Amino acid sequence: MAQRAQAAPAATERLGSTDRRDAWWLAPALTALGLTVLGAYSFWAALQNAHYEFGPYLSPLYSPKVVAPWWPLSPALLILIPPVLFRATCYYYRKAYYRAFFLDPPACAVGELHLGKYAGERKFPFVLQNLHRFAFYLAFVWLFFLWHDVWKALWFDGRFGIGLGTLVILASTGTLTLYTFSCHSFRHLAGGGLDCFSCSAAARTRHGLWTKLTVLNGHHMGFAWISFFAVTFADVYVRLLSLGVLHDVRFL
Amino acid sequence: MAEAVLHVYRGDAQGGGLKEYRVPLEEGMVVLDAIHHIQGHQAPDLAVRWNCKAAKCGSCSAEVNGRPKLMCKTRMDAYPAGEPIVVQPMKTFPIVKDLVTDVKWNYEVNKKIPPFTPKQNAEWRWKQEDIDRVQEFRKCIECFLCQDVCHVLRSHRRTDAFAGPRFLVRVAGLEMHPMDAGNRATFLKDEAGIGLCNITKCCTEVCPEDITITDNAIIPLKERVVDEHYDPLRKLFRLFAGKKEP
Repeated sequence: MAQRAQAAPAATERLGSTDRRDAWWLAPALTALGLTVLGAYSFWAALQNAHYEFGPYLSPLYSPKVVAPWWPLSPALLILIPPVLFRATCYYYRKAYYRAFFLDPPACAVGELHLGKYAGERKFPFVLQNLHRFAFYLAFVWLFFLWHDVWKALWFDGRFGIGLGTLVILASTGTLTLYTFSCHSFRHLAGGGLDCFSCSAAARTRHGLWTKLTVLNGHHMGFAWISFFAVTFADVYVRLLSLGVLHDVRFL
Repeated sequence: MAEAVLHVYRGDAQGGGLKEYRVPLEEGMVVLDAIHHIQGHQAPDLAVRWNCKAAKCGSCSAEVNGRPKLMCKTRMDAYPAGEPIVVQPMKTFPIVKDLVTDVKWNYEVNKKIPPFTPKQNAEWRWKQEDIDRVQEFRKCIECFLCQDVCHVLRSHRRTDAFAGPRFLVRVAGLEMHPMDAGNRATFLKDEAGIGLCNITKCCTEVCPEDITITDNAIIPLKERVVDEHYDPLRKLFRLFAGKKEP
C-alpha cells in the first residue's frame, strides 16, 4: 500500500488521548473487571481439587471427571485446556481483551499503547488465533461430557428427580451450547465458506444451517458472558453444597 | 432563539486550531446545517466537502466530539444544550484545509484488489439467497469513516501493509459473489494485511450504513484465509484429493 503523503493534524498518539466526551473508558473497565473476577475465580476453583461434586452434581470446571495419577496437580488444570483455548481464541473475547487488557485500542478513536511495530495477528503468539476452529472442535466434544452431566443430575440414588442443582447445571450446559454453536468459525464451516448457496442440495442444506447460525452468531457476545457466569455459578453452587453451606432444593 | 456553540477546526497541513462559532438552532438541525450556516454567514472560506446531505454520498465525514460521523446524519440535539460541539477533520488522512482531508490513498488501495472474475461457461443466473449476503456490502457509500477509526491505520499508521475495513468489505463482496471465480485469500493475507486486523469492531460501530463489517465481512474473510493458509487438515485434504474441497 502507498505511504501517506503527510501527517494528519492531530493524531491520537498517547494512551487515552481523545476528543471523545462520553464515558469511553467504562466498557473496557467493566470488561476487564468481569474477565478478571470470573477468570480468577475459575483458576482458584480449578486449583482446589476438592468440593467439586455433590450427589449427582458435578461442577462443569471438573467435567469430564478424569483420573490422572501421573498428573501431580488438580485435574481441572488439564480439563480446562479445551474450554480455555476456545475462549482465548474466540473472536468476541479477542475484541474484549485486546481492548480491556492490551489497550490496543482501549476504545474507538482513543489513543493506545504503542509497543514496537504493530503486527496484529500476523506474528507469534497471536498468529495462533487462526487455529480457533480447532479449539471449536475440542469445545464441541466437551459438550457431550457436559450434557452427560445434565443427564446424571436428573438421577438421585437411581430415582428420577429435579433439584435446583439440576437446573443450575442445565443452565450452565445450555448457555455453553449456545455459546459454542454461535461461534464464528462454526458459522463459516457450516456454510459461510460457500460462494453459491443454491448450487446443490448439500449447499442448500448448508445455507439453511448457516442462516440459523447467523441468527445465533448475532448474540455471540451475550452467550459468551452468560455462559461464563453460568459455569462459574454452577461451580459456586456445587461447592457450597459440598461444603454444607447450602442445601439443595428438590422440586421432584 | 437558542444558539449552539461550535468549535470548528480551521487550518491546513501547516497547522491550525479550533475556532469558536455561534449558530442559531433550528428544529431538526444537523451538524452539516450548522457548518453551512457558519460558511454562509461568518466564514465563507471554511472548507467542507459535501454533496447529498442525505447520508448517501459519503462526502461529509468528520469527527464530531471525537467520534467519526457523517455531519449530515448527526443531529445537533443529540448533544447536550449549552456545551460546545467540536467538529474536526478525519485524523487518519492528511488535511487539505479545515474539514477537508485527502483520501486519495483509499483509491490507490482499491486499484490493487483483484477484480471480479466471472465464472467460465456458467449460466448467468443466480438466486436471491446467493446474493443477499453480498448486497449488504454493496451498501457501502465510501465515507471512509471505518478507515478513519480503524486503529491499524489511525494509530499504528500501517497504510504500508493494511487495506482497511472498507476494502475488506469490497473484497468480501467479490469473494462471496456466486458468479466470481477468483480466489483472493493470498491477496488478503499478504497484500491487504488482514492479519493486522485484531477485530476490535470500531469499523462496525461507526458505519453509517450499518454494515456489520467485522462479523459479516472481515471474520468470514479471515476464515477463508485460514482455509487456504493455516488449516493443516485442509492442506492435507488438498494434498491427497489434489483439488480444492467443495
